[in-house]
Amino acid sequence: MIEVKNIQKRFGEKVIIEDVSAEMKTGQCNLIIGASGSGKTVMMKCMVGLFEPDAGEILYDGQDFITMEQAAKTEIRKEIGMLFQGSALFDSLNVEHNIRFPLDMFTKWSYRKKMDRVNEVLARVNLVDANKKFPAELSGGMKKRVALARAIVLNPKYLFCDEPNSGLDPLTSLVIDKLIKEITIEYNITTIVNTHDMNSVMEIGDFIVYMHQGHKEWEGSNKEIIFSKNQLLNEFIFASEFLKDAKEMRMLEETGKIPDDQSKGV
Amino acid sequence: MKFFRDIGQYLLMIKGMFSKPENGRMYWKEFMHQCAEIGIGSLGIVTIISVFIGAVSTIQTAYQLVSPLIPPSTIAQIVRDTVILEFAPTLVCIVLAGVAGSRIASELGNMRVSEQIDALEIMGINTKAYLIMPKIIAALLMIPMLVVLAMALGIWGGRLAGTAANILSGSIYDKGLLEGFKPYNVIFALIKSYVFAFIIASTPAFYGYYVQGGSLEIGRASTKAVVVSCILILFSDYVLSALLL
Repeated sequence: MIEVKNIQKRFGEKVIIEDVSAEMKTGQCNLIIGASGSGKTVMMKCMVGLFEPDAGEILYDGQDFITMEQAAKTEIRKEIGMLFQGSALFDSLNVEHNIRFPLDMFTKWSYRKKMDRVNEVLARVNLVDANKKFPAELSGGMKKRVALARAIVLNPKYLFCDEPNSGLDPLTSLVIDKLIKEITIEYNITTIVNTHDMNSVMEIGDFIVYMHQGHKEWEGSNKEIIFSKNQLLNEFIFASEFLKDAKEMRMLEETGKIPDDQSKGV
Repeated sequence: MKFFRDIGQYLLMIKGMFSKPENGRMYWKEFMHQCAEIGIGSLGIVTIISVFIGAVSTIQTAYQLVSPLIPPSTIAQIVRDTVILEFAPTLVCIVLAGVAGSRIASELGNMRVSEQIDALEIMGINTKAYLIMPKIIAALLMIPMLVVLAMALGIWGGRLAGTAANILSGSIYDKGLLEGFKPYNVIFALIKSYVFAFIIASTPAFYGYYVQGGSLEIGRASTKAVVVSCILILFSDYVLSALLL
């Protein structure tokens, strides 16, 4: 479990995150949603230690990540897998090498054992016959799957995904979402996903934190989100007429009626 | 103000490189890769430049030595000392600042912009130690070797041009090479090449590692890295000459 307590982050005079707290539970997909510039990427970078928050606590299973010694921090980081928005694959290494890299760096396994693990995770993300391809030869969806395979190759306890669906078509996005969800349950890991993809919110959002201008505006599950009366959240989630209709349909399915205030998106 | 901040950040980067490697074998692999990139990758240009510099030195020295009182073997002495003291270490290192320096800056800049450095950090790898240290050590090993090679090729190029243009015979050139030879000059050139090697690897690494933005900024960082490296090489060339000669 990862607990975020009263996190604050500023860049110069500009407040990026203001007093945000949340509890990300193990074995579920925890989503941080919000418009571009709402602070969700900075929040995630604070959580993994790429940025140092100005105030607050980040607890990994009760251990404060911010104040702990560098050596302990490094140990925690070895238990973190991260899927970056741009995949962040190493250009000079092929798929197999990219995935094997963490194993080469942190294990003393035999070559055979490492390759077995590489092939296992490649099969897990439904990528076969791509071992020798270089990142430049892969499609966006394949890159994401390779990056996901690399993120899980060391059996992490925590998986962070920064906008995993950006730049992908809806069908590929769905495949990536399903993979993230399946891997979370299968490996019983704490998964945190940054997204503004509404399909992801409805598909995999076990726990959702909505951020607006650096503040936590709302939290709940994907079941609760359609009943939310938070105006900012409704404006963000159901921005289009199509999504408003979809929401009404979902409410109809869930409750058998569409309350007047909800149908107006208030 | 930015100047002092950059110096502070550069020193912190150097300090940050010193930590226990997460896996010695992976660091060794990266070091060997950098040796090949910096050493073998620059071999062609160093060879071409050195031979031509030696050749041009011979022809221009002969052109200026018009007195019949000066023996032709003096041309070989002047070419030898010029190549050893200045051309091989300084000119070759300025070219290497362009060749190897821009490659280092753009490689690290691209890694930074495409979040590859962040990915390594999250894995728990000290990226300064893993990405920058092997480059600096490889430069410290390979660049002095390239400078020694440049000395030999420069002197050989001078001999080739001297005999081809009928300025002096090969035997007179060889005789001149042995006259008044000071081994200290070679040591001085090697000291310079070590200092320049550190500049060539660490300055572009700094500009590449801390780049912010996109591909345009990578290009700018690469250009800035080469310009600053060249200025630092020329400045330290002056300081070392003033102190050690």
